[in-house]
Amino acid sequence: MKKTKSMTLNFGPQHPAAHGVLRLILELEGEIVEKADPHIGLLHRGTEKLIENKTYTQALPYFDRLDYVAPMNQEHAFALATEKLLKVEVPARAKYIRVIFCEIGRILSHILNVTTQALDVGALTPSLWGFEERETLMTFYERASGSRLHANYFRTGGVHKDLPTKLIDDIGKFCETFPKIINDLEDLLTENRIFKQRNVDIGLVTKKEALDHSFTGVMLRGSGIPWDLRKSQPYECYQDLDFKIPVGKNGDCYDRYLCRIEEMRESVKIIKQCIKNLPKGPIKTVDGKISPPNREDLKQSMEALIHHFKLFTEGFRVPAGNVYSAVEAPKGEFGVYLISDGSNRPYRCKIRAPGFSHLQAMDFLIKGHMLADVPAVLGSLDIVFGEVDR
Amino acid sequence: MIDQNLNKVEKLINSELSSKISGSEIKFGELLFRTSVSEITEIIKFLKVDNKFKFKQLIDIAAIDYPNEEKRFELVYLLLSIENNIRVKISIKFETNEKIPSIVKIFPSANWMEREIFDMYGIKFTNHPDLRRILTDYNFKGHPLRKDFPLTGFNEVRYSEKEKKVIYEPVKLEQNYRNFDFSSPWEGTKYLKEVKESKKNEKN
Repeated sequence: MKKTKSMTLNFGPQHPAAHGVLRLILELEGEIVEKADPHIGLLHRGTEKLIENKTYTQALPYFDRLDYVAPMNQEHAFALATEKLLKVEVPARAKYIRVIFCEIGRILSHILNVTTQALDVGALTPSLWGFEERETLMTFYERASGSRLHANYFRTGGVHKDLPTKLIDDIGKFCETFPKIINDLEDLLTENRIFKQRNVDIGLVTKKEALDHSFTGVMLRGSGIPWDLRKSQPYECYQDLDFKIPVGKNGDCYDRYLCRIEEMRESVKIIKQCIKNLPKGPIKTVDGKISPPNREDLKQSMEALIHHFKLFTEGFRVPAGNVYSAVEAPKGEFGVYLISDGSNRPYRCKIRAPGFSHLQAMDFLIKGHMLADVPAVLGSLDIVFGEVDR
Repeated sequence: MIDQNLNKVEKLINSELSSKISGSEIKFGELLFRTSVSEITEIIKFLKVDNKFKFKQLIDIAAIDYPNEEKRFELVYLLLSIENNIRVKISIKFETNEKIPSIVKIFPSANWMEREIFDMYGIKFTNHPDLRRILTDYNFKGHPLRKDFPLTGFNEVRYSEKEKKVIYEPVKLEQNYRNFDFSSPWEGTKYLKEVKESKKNEKN
């Protein structure tokens, strides 16, 4: 028999199917992948170090730049952690607004993932259809916060500004039309022969493997473990909302795709309920030591002016302590481990990005698969390099 | 209800592992155990395997640097039990040159987490299969998340038109990084809300 030599292939960092700046060193035996060694860190910006040098208000925008396809979900984790340390109560209206925008973020992220995964395995149309909807959703972001991507909308103790009334109606209208788009996407993909051939039984993960490799979110649910922080450790107003958690059976790329599609439908349901039950009232805590005074007071009250000045220079001080708070971000459990020493800046802010553990499992997922399956598996991991590299 | 649960788990773990644990606390509704470097692998293995606890998921490992303390570094292991819906934090403190036993054998996902800690803090792990840098650049020097590492770093990268390649240079800043310390002992008054109300009354 002829002896074969394994070949080393460099995949990325500039490769359209690498979903960003991933450099994969693949060892190939013919077309079979023997070993994958992901080299990450090409987008490392030292977010954690920067946060240590900023006040709590200034640190928040960095979270938009982590997973930049669902910015507000990240902000949410940090806001929750700070609030836990400060023991601040968030007003009901702010909770609902936060949930609306977190679910919009989830839809944003899932559209991107589902359609680009389809693109990776050869279907062009879904991305064209899906991105139109993402554009609509990003205008909602813009109308609430002023920017399409880097929203910086959440604040410790609430959100920055109240929503314009027409925006709520428009989000409601979107919830009526969007399920049809999901159906259209499903028509294109779910029973599509090529899509199934490329995804069914690819990247199999058993329950035990999913737990051992710290998988969270869809990666865990795709393998049949019904675990969602919105249900099991509810935060904000999730305990009052009625929604289901889709769970996969086989733990392959196809099941994960199905989970994401179903989750979008559930998100639409959540948004509808939130709009229907949106309470009236303040949108951030009335504690003047944490949230800045409004414009009107600024012109009238000296005390308000001083508070405004102090809040935007010194910032508020957070009592010493350490907390871990996590949210169910579209990609999995996104957590912030925050340590305060009692000053106006975080002493340490460890960011737990779901993509980091998912990408780590690349080697074990791809072993024994064909080279062509690499983009399919990578696509279903739902990697965004902003959060992996931090 | 969750707090009661936490109390129960705290007592249970303390009684099962009394000799290995040096302290525990519940703050902000979170359970934290303190232990020593030599016991950490045993404890994590026990919590993962034992049928009462089933902490089967390692969520993260966080390192913290306290340059002024004798035991400079702290590692916090965050574990999650899906069956019991409980989180636990396990903390160890140690000196600069101490080596920490790796837990990759127990949780494969600890591999990159430990690599990241090695990269960012220079903490070494024994029995780690592949302790390389992970997030920083190839040939990077220093450990950026240590408190004594400057925020601006040491080297910057640019494309040199002359040499037609990317080159590394010592950081040159037009203006030094200015670290404004705005904190003051000022506490202010507590009557902001009352001012608002009295103004409303005037309008009426």
